[in-house]
Amino acid sequence: MPTAQSETAENQALSVIGRPIPRVDGPLKVSGTATYTSDHNFPGMLYAVPVPSTIAKGTIAALDTSAAEKMPGVRAVFHRENIGRFFRVPPNDDFSIVIDENRPPFEDDTIRYYGQYVALTVADTLEQAQAAADAVKVTYDEETPDVRTKLTQEQEPKVGSQRGDATAAFNTAPIKVDQTYVTPAETHNPIELHATVAVWDGTRFTLYETTQSIKNHQLAVSAMLGVPPENVRIVSRFLGSGFGGKLWPWTHDVLTAAAARALNRPVKLVVDRKMMFQTVGHRPLTQQRIRLGATTNGKLVSTQHDSLNHSSILDDYDEGCAEATPHLYRCPNLRVTSGVVHLNVGTPTSMRGPGAVPGLFALESAMDELAVKLNIDPVELRLRNDTEIDEALNLPFTSRHLKECLTVGAEKFDWHQRTPAVGSMKKDGLIVGWGMAAATWIANRLDCEATIELKADGSVRVACGTQDIGTGTYTMLAQMVGEALGIDPDKIQVVLGDSALPTGPLSGGSMATASLVPAVLEAAKKASEKVQFAATAAGPFSGQSVANLIFSNGRIHRKDQSPSDGVPYEQVLQAAKVSSVSGSGSSKGDFTDALGITKPKLSSHSFGTQFVEVTWQPEIARLRVSRTLTVIDGGRIINPRTGRNQIEGAVVMGVGMALFEHTIYDDQHHGAPINSNLADYVVSTHADAPAMDVVFLDYPDTHLNAFGARGIGEIGLAGVAPAIASAVYHATGVRVRELPIRIEDLLG
Amino acid sequence: MQTFEFTRPSDVTSAATAAASAKTAQQGAEIRFIAGGTTLIDLMKLNVEQPHMLIDLNRLPLGDVETLPEGGLKIGAMVRNSDLAHHPAVLRYYPVLSQALLSGASAQLRNKATTSGNLLQRTRCMYFRDTTMPCNKREPGSGCGAINGANRMMAILGTSEHCIATNPSDMNVALTALEATIHIQNAQDTRSVPINEFYLLPGHTPQRETVLEPGDLITHVTLPAPAAGAKSLYLKLRDRASYEFALASAAVIVTVENNRINYARVALGGVGTKPWRSQEAEQALAGVTPSEDRFRAAAEAALQGARPQSQNGFKIELTKRCLTHALKLATQTA
Repeated sequence: MPTAQSETAENQALSVIGRPIPRVDGPLKVSGTATYTSDHNFPGMLYAVPVPSTIAKGTIAALDTSAAEKMPGVRAVFHRENIGRFFRVPPNDDFSIVIDENRPPFEDDTIRYYGQYVALTVADTLEQAQAAADAVKVTYDEETPDVRTKLTQEQEPKVGSQRGDATAAFNTAPIKVDQTYVTPAETHNPIELHATVAVWDGTRFTLYETTQSIKNHQLAVSAMLGVPPENVRIVSRFLGSGFGGKLWPWTHDVLTAAAARALNRPVKLVVDRKMMFQTVGHRPLTQQRIRLGATTNGKLVSTQHDSLNHSSILDDYDEGCAEATPHLYRCPNLRVTSGVVHLNVGTPTSMRGPGAVPGLFALESAMDELAVKLNIDPVELRLRNDTEIDEALNLPFTSRHLKECLTVGAEKFDWHQRTPAVGSMKKDGLIVGWGMAAATWIANRLDCEATIELKADGSVRVACGTQDIGTGTYTMLAQMVGEALGIDPDKIQVVLGDSALPTGPLSGGSMATASLVPAVLEAAKKASEKVQFAATAAGPFSGQSVANLIFSNGRIHRKDQSPSDGVPYEQVLQAAKVSSVSGSGSSKGDFTDALGITKPKLSSHSFGTQFVEVTWQPEIARLRVSRTLTVIDGGRIINPRTGRNQIEGAVVMGVGMALFEHTIYDDQHHGAPINSNLADYVVSTHADAPAMDVVFLDYPDTHLNAFGARGIGEIGLAGVAPAIASAVYHATGVRVRELPIRIEDLLG
Repeated sequence: MQTFEFTRPSDVTSAATAAASAKTAQQGAEIRFIAGGTTLIDLMKLNVEQPHMLIDLNRLPLGDVETLPEGGLKIGAMVRNSDLAHHPAVLRYYPVLSQALLSGASAQLRNKATTSGNLLQRTRCMYFRDTTMPCNKREPGSGCGAINGANRMMAILGTSEHCIATNPSDMNVALTALEATIHIQNAQDTRSVPINEFYLLPGHTPQRETVLEPGDLITHVTLPAPAAGAKSLYLKLRDRASYEFALASAAVIVTVENNRINYARVALGGVGTKPWRSQEAEQALAGVTPSEDRFRAAAEAALQGARPQSQNGFKIELTKRCLTHALKLATQTA
C-alpha cells in the first residue's frame, strides 16, 4: 500500500504535459536507423534524374534524346511526348487540395523559369541516369527573362483588412513614417533534399515522399495522375525538415510516379541541391511600403501596409505580408493591400512564417523608426499601442499576452540599461547595439482523426495520418496520449507518416500540435471506455456496472477506489481474453477562419518579443549577433525541451534571414538562380548562433483545445530580422531597409 | 561525370611519369593527380573537370613535416591541413600559417585536404563551376560571366578583362607572406619555384593558373627560417563567422626593433586572382614607427591598383581595414 506521499509523487510523475522529455525518435535519428524517404530501396529499383531547362523564358525548339537513350544502363528518357497525361489539381477556394505550382510537368514546350524540367532520364544507377541527363540535348528559342528585383505594380492592389480612413488620418498625423522595406527571395535549404521513391503494383502507387502533408499529397498527386485517391498511398516516416518547402507537391513527384508506372519498376528521384533553388519553391522577394501616422505621444492613428511580391508566370502566389498588421496594435485607421508581380522564376511557396515573417520585418522596422523619431523607447512605444481586442475582426483574443512578453523581455534583457544614442554602448572594446521587435503568428487547428489502441501486452499504439517534420510530433503525441491515459510515454508507440492511417493534419502553419489534442483526447476516452466495458466481462470487476468503473493512471478501478487499488488495463484485457481495444477521435479545425472562408468567433494568435544584442567592430566592419532573448506567448508548452529547440532553431534561421540569405537571379545569364549551392547561398553556421535565451509564458489557450496548446514552429522566427535591424541601427546608425544587412551597407 | 581510370603508384617518379603524357596540367587536364579530393571530386561531379585518369597520391611518402637543419620547415605535399595547422613547429614559428589553415573550410575538409591540394585549390567563381555559364577559365573564349554578373565575391587585384576569379585559399596567403618555396619533381628532374612566381595572373589565358607542366608533381613546400622576433597573424573577414571564403584577408609578418618596423611581409586573400603579395605595403612599412596612420598608408599602397567590379567596390575599403587592423594586432603583440 503506497503512502500518501508516494501517491502524490506518482501522480505528478504521470503528468507528462509540460515535461521536457527527450525526443522519442531521438535514438533512431542519432543511430542512423530512422528511415528517411531516400533511404527506401526496393529490388529492381531504377534512378531518375530530371533535365532542367537552362533558360528562364522561351520555348523548346528541339529535344534530342538519341545519345542519352543509347547510354549504358538507360531504361527510358521521358519528355512531353512520351510521359503520358498529367492533369491539373481542381481549382478550389476551400483549402481542400492545395498546390502552389499548378502546371504539371511537361504540359507544354514553353519555359517560364530557369530549371523547369524538360525531360527525365531513368537508368539502373544514379550515375548512369545523371550522365544520360547531361547528354540530353535541348535547343531553345530564348527570350529575355524578367527576373527584376525592383517590383512595380501590375494591377490594382487587392485590399485586405481596412478600417477607418487611413489616408486622411496619415495626412493629418503630426508624426509620420513612410518607408519601403525589401526582403529578398530566400530558398528553403533543409538538409534533406526533396525526394520521391515510387512503387507501382499494376493498380496502385505507393509513393515514399518528403512531404509535410501526406493527405494533401495523396489528393493532389492522385488528381494529377488521374487515378482515385485510394490508389495512391503516401508514406513519409521521417523528414529532414521542410520549412514549408515540402508542404505541397512539386513537379518531380508525378514524374517519378509516371516513370514507375511506365517502366513497371520502382523509381527513385532525389532533387539535387542546385535544383532545390529552381523547382521546389522559395520565399518570394517582397517590397513593402509602410506608412505610420502617430500622435506626438506615440499613439498610432494610421497604419498603411502596401506590399508586392513576385510570383511565377502562371501562379498567383500572394505572400500575404500584412498577415499580422491588422491585429498587432491598436490603430483606428488601417488599410493593407497586396499585389503580385509575375516573373520568370519558379513558383514561390510558404517558408516558415509566410507573410508574417517578411511582413513583420517591414512593420516592426517602421515601428522602430517611429520610436526613434518620437524619442520614445521602442518597448514603451509597443506598450502604448497594445490592444485588448482584434480591431480587424472586432473580436476579443482567445489569449493575448503581448504586454507581458514586452515587460518580461525588457526585464530579463536588462533593457533599462540601454542608452538610446547610436553607438553609445560598449562591451569588451566592441560597440554594442540593442534592438527589439514584437511578433505574432496564427493559432489555429486543422481537421484531425486519430486512433488509440490499448493492447493486452501493456503497450499503447496511437496512429494518425500526420507526419513529423523534425519538430517533435512523435514526442508530442506520446505525451498527449500519456497524459490522457495516465500512462508513461515510453510505453506508447506512435505511428505517423502513412496516408493509410486516419487523416491527420498537415505540418504547417504551426497547427499540427494543437490539431491533435481534441482527436487524441476523444480517442483516449473511447479506448478507455472499452477497457471499462471489458472489465465488466471478466476479472475482479466482473458483473459490475460500467458506470461504477473509471479508467485512470492506466488502471481500471471503482469510483470509490484510488487508482492504485485498481487493475492495470492490460490485466483487464487479458482476463477478458481480448487482444486489444481501440478508440477513434476526430475534430473539425478552424483554420478556415484564418483563411476568411469561415467566420471566427474569437481572434486566435500567438505573440512574442525578440530582444537582440549585436556587436560591431567598425575597424574591421565585423557585425555579429551576440545575444538574443525570445519571449513567447504560445499557449501551454507540451514539451519545454523540444519547444525551446523550435525557438532556438528559428532564431538561428532569423540571423541568416537578417544577415546572409539571398537567392540571386542573374538577369544577365538566363535568369538563373546563380548562387544555387550552400557555399554561395550563405546560411547561419553554429558559429553564428548567438547566446540564446527563451522564455515561454505558458498561458494555456483553452479555446483552442483542452490542453491549451498552440503550435510554436513559426512564431520564433517572426520578429528576429527587425530586432536585428533595430540593433544594427543602434550600434551603427545605419538603417538597413533591404535584407540581408551586408558588410557593404555598414562600411560607411 | 564520366568514367576514368584510377591508378595508385607507390613512388613519386612513377606518379610523375604516369602524368607526363597529358596535354596540359592546367584546366581540363585529361590526367589529374588526386590527393584529398576536396576540390577535384566536386569539379568532376559538376563536369568542370573530366579527367580520363586519376593518379592517387595518397600512398606516396610525402606526409611528413620536418624541421630543416639550417632553420626553416619542409612540409610534405600530402600533409593534411589539420595536421599542419596543429604541428608544434608551425604553431610556434609560423602562427600565421596555422591561423590561415584553421580559418579555412571545416574540420572535416581540413582532415582530408592536403598541402599540395590546397596550393592548387580552384576558384569558387559561380560561373566557373556551372558548365552552362560562360567562363574563360573553363572554356577559353566563352566570355566572363562574373564581370557582368554576380561579382560581389570576385577579385579586385590582378584581374583582366577575361577573368576576375579569386584564388580562394587561406593557406596560400600565409605561404605567400612566408615566402614559401614549392618543390616540383617530374620524370626527369626536380626544380623549385618561389610561391610568388608559382601562380600566374589570368591575363589572356585564365585557364593557365600555375607554372605546372604535364608530369610536374609537387613533392613538398619549404619555409625559410622565421625572422628573429617576428610576429605573424592572419585576419580573415567574411559575412558569417565560419566556413566561408574570405571577402578580404591579410597575412602579416613583422619585426619591430627600437620602435621601428625592420621587417614586414604582407599578403592579401579574397581579393586577388592569385594569393596577393603586396610589396607596396611592405615598402610603405619599412623602417617606420608603428602607428595606425602608417598602417593605413600601407593599406592604401596595397590597394592602389585595385579595380573593382559592379558589386565589389566595398572590398577596397574592407581590405584596407583588414590590413590596417592586422598590422595593429601584430605590432601590439610585438
